[in-house]
Amino acid sequence: MKLKSIFLCVIFLGLISCKKEVAKNEKKEINTSYITVKSYSYEELKPLLEKKDDKIYVINFWATWCAPCVKELPAFEKLNKEYASKNVEVLLVSLDFPKQKEKKLIPFIVRKNLQSKIVLLDDMNEDVWIKAIDSSWSGAIPATIIYNKNSRNFYEKSFDYETLEAELQTFLNQ
Amino acid sequence: MKIIKSIVVLIVVEFLTAFTLKTVDTSYKIGDTIEDFSLMNTDDSMVSLSDYKVAKGFIIIFTCNTCPYSVANEDRIIGLDRKYKKRGFPVIAINPNDPIAVPNESFEKMKVRVQEKGFTFPYLLDTGQKVYPKFGATKTPEVYIVTRNDLKVQYIGAIDNSSRDPSVVTEKYLENALDALLTGDKIEKTTTRAIGCSIKVQ
Repeated sequence: MKLKSIFLCVIFLGLISCKKEVAKNEKKEINTSYITVKSYSYEELKPLLEKKDDKIYVINFWATWCAPCVKELPAFEKLNKEYASKNVEVLLVSLDFPKQKEKKLIPFIVRKNLQSKIVLLDDMNEDVWIKAIDSSWSGAIPATIIYNKNSRNFYEKSFDYETLEAELQTFLNQ
Repeated sequence: MKIIKSIVVLIVVEFLTAFTLKTVDTSYKIGDTIEDFSLMNTDDSMVSLSDYKVAKGFIIIFTCNTCPYSVANEDRIIGLDRKYKKRGFPVIAINPNDPIAVPNESFEKMKVRVQEKGFTFPYLLDTGQKVYPKFGATKTPEVYIVTRNDLKVQYIGAIDNSSRDPSVVTEKYLENALDALLTGDKIEKTTTRAIGCSIKVQ
């Protein structure tokens, strides 16, 4: 009986906190002016894909309109948060339509309260940079790179937190 | 505990690698002969390549209702059909997505899209998702040129070099390939890539 009360309490608290979150997000939606997303050509992005320092970089190619990308974003956000102190950095590379940056991408970032670093890849010569980023990449998103100065893996697939963390572990154990 | 974890990770990695290799190995490559298919068109008729008796070949485009990159290419696809059908290369569009996974990709919604955009070419549903894996298509939109007499794959890839913005296109890969086939020249770029939406499965 006591358990049941606790259980109900937890649910109740959960509902309240959810509600609060919605309210907070709605409020944030009004003001998007404090967020800017930098547009990169492939040549400008390239140095971020081949850093030679001691960090592990997790690069995710995504777009706001890509349902499987949006579904896996929380996993990347969680990884960014949980592993920030372990020299891991997440970079979200948006492939949204450059013309929709202000109208779609930035409001999405605010609404989802994304904390990872985000850039927009605005470069028309896809055939060139898709092959340059990875020879096995067909161009489908989501796609992810995990790399450090010694090794690099490319994944044309979706992740959940467990599979993403497992991949990261192979780099942390090196 | 750590050993068990490592073993699990290893198994997962091996499984993923095996899966990827399998997909890559069995799909059509340039020069491969494809198997004809019979798929339902939005006018409720069945369409096969063998129905076309006089065409020189086909522009087979995996596309769909909802992917913004597909939508951004729809007018270009209509333009391609208009330009190349009369020269012997009609467009055949195939929706590879699972309509149960994405309700807006349903056959009924495909019919609506055909009406809205006035498609001048068949728009087929890959019922049971049996055709697209043979082609090795991974995303929408993705294009294959196949010649009719030998059913050989001549080109795989993108329509042009700017999928997101047609106003800044500087290289029309697909048209260049078609023009080369029509004049009997060698296709300069037989495989190109563009960003697309991954094909949706359940």
